[in-house]
Amino acid sequence: MEKTIAGRTIAVNEEGYMTNFGEWNKEIGESLAKEAQIDLSQRHWDIIKYIQDEFKKESPLSIRKIGKSGVVDIKEFYALFPNAPLKTATKIAGIPKPASCI
Amino acid sequence: MKRIVILGAGTAGTMMANHLRSELKKEEWEIDIIDEREKHYYQPGYLFLPFDMYEPEDIVKTIQEFIPKGVRLLQDKIELIDGANNLVKMRNGDQLHYEILIIATGARIAPEEIEGMKGSEWQKSVFDFYTFEGALALRNKLREWEGGKLVVHITEMPIKCPVAPLEFSFLADSYFKHKNMRDKVEITYVTPLSGAFTKPKATEALDHLMVDKNIKIETDFAIAEVDNENKKIIDYGGKEVPFDLLVTVPTNKGDDLIERSGLGDDLNFIPTNKATLQSQAFKNVFVIGDASNIPASKAGSVAHFEAEILTENILRFINNEPLKEEFDGHANCFIETGNGKALLIDFNYTHEPVEGTFPFPGVGPLRLLKESRMNHMGKLAFRWIYWNVLLKGTHIPFVSANMTEAGKHFN
Ligand SMILES: Cc1cc2nc3c(=O)[nH]c(=O)nc-3n(C[C@H](O)[C@H](O)[C@H](O)COP(=O)(O)OP(=O)(O)OC[C@H]3O[C@@H](n4cnc5c(N)ncnc54)[C@H](O)[C@@H]3O)c2cc1C
Repeated sequence: MEKTIAGRTIAVNEEGYMTNFGEWNKEIGESLAKEAQIDLSQRHWDIIKYIQDEFKKESPLSIRKIGKSGVVDIKEFYALFPNAPLKTATKIAGIPKPASCI
Repeated sequence: MKRIVILGAGTAGTMMANHLRSELKKEEWEIDIIDEREKHYYQPGYLFLPFDMYEPEDIVKTIQEFIPKGVRLLQDKIELIDGANNLVKMRNGDQLHYEILIIATGARIAPEEIEGMKGSEWQKSVFDFYTFEGALALRNKLREWEGGKLVVHITEMPIKCPVAPLEFSFLADSYFKHKNMRDKVEITYVTPLSGAFTKPKATEALDHLMVDKNIKIETDFAIAEVDNENKKIIDYGGKEVPFDLLVTVPTNKGDDLIERSGLGDDLNFIPTNKATLQSQAFKNVFVIGDASNIPASKAGSVAHFEAEILTENILRFINNEPLKEEFDGHANCFIETGNGKALLIDFNYTHEPVEGTFPFPGVGPLRLLKESRMNHMGKLAFRWIYWNVLLKGTHIPFVSANMTEAGKHFN
């Protein structure tokens, strides 16, 4: 599927997660945040950057891992990205929804 | 004489001892297996124990009776793995040198990870059923419980047998119906996932069953604490779920030995090649069962499929041949749905569970992703198969280590 956002066409899946991280830029991130009703502060960007770095290292993400990252604790993570923070933050960061291992 | 040391004599370690003893010459290879326990527990039975469907003696045997002749069983706690020097250190001070090490130390629950979980209500109104003691204490509680809010809860993924808490909810529904008190019990299923299960097709089928059985579901719940005084669980986002009886699956972690030895990730699971089962840290160290970090289910059936492939790879390693990159994450699980019925799911790394027939394409007799009595019989038969076939490392006829696509309805 495709979607037009911030004046550009990007590839997304049915749930709205970007499927090509190469297409992501800051403006797209901001627009995706707006859709999730989040105003991005510097703290949000710190976390988005951490998430993207981990993604590039192919290291799987989890709430536990973010809580131990030193970037943010879980309480603040929830305060910044309410409800389902990992899902919302990864969507804004332009990376796939973390698959929960089973 | 060369030596293979197996750490852990649970499901996976026992299977490897049996496989390897029949493959390797006694004059060339000594095989040692170490476990701190004396007893082997059939963990799938922990699901049935609380509902008086099994007795304790159905699910406990000695470790020794499943270890083949020609394998030395050492009963002691393993203190440290020194991979750089090929040594295993034990609590009694002994150390063993190995040519090849197989780690099969499994996973355990860690309720201490969550504030208040192991608090004043532990085993009073807060229970686990992932240990023998927990399941037994819960049985005694259920026998006399008069009803109220039952909350079945998963702390975080991954957990062993990820469908077990769902099955627990279904069995609870049927247990209380039989006791003529279903109207006095409100069942809520609380999960950190976004639905009943992690795979979309199976989630659809399972969500449907939840509605049928009047089980409420609370998703995306990341628990921060158990409030013992007010009897509720609270998540990081501030959501609260009150309980009269909380049945929780605490965080699952690898053994502390893995942490002490510097071999694990943040949950003490060991980074392992998901196709060959070789550890990422050392070429002569292999990992099987719940102890690894591979993205497959932590289940006995998975360990069984892994054991066939790992045996082959150990033989190849000994002969200096390249390892087979063969393990595909194959899992095959029965899901008890209550009232004498069960579902069956069969899946791997890349294929999610779908509808169809098993093990014979188009014939069955087992139905995939559909409730049936035959599947329930299959689940009960699994205990017999476990004790009599699986642990001995015997191949199960018609069920291959790699998943088959025939007889399944992929779109
Ligand atoms: C409630 C429940 C229901 C389940 N239902 C199913 C099901 O229906 N189907 C299915 O296929 N699977 C099921 N499972 C999962 C299955 O039981 C496990 O996946 C399987 O037992 C894993 O085998 P393992 O050898 O990796 O670990 P285990 O069998 O747990 O063995 C680990 C062994 O290592 C030993 N050990 C660990 N650390 C040390 C140390 N430092 N020193 C000495 N010894 C040590 C332990 O004593 C233990 O004996 C269920 C599990 C649970 C909890």
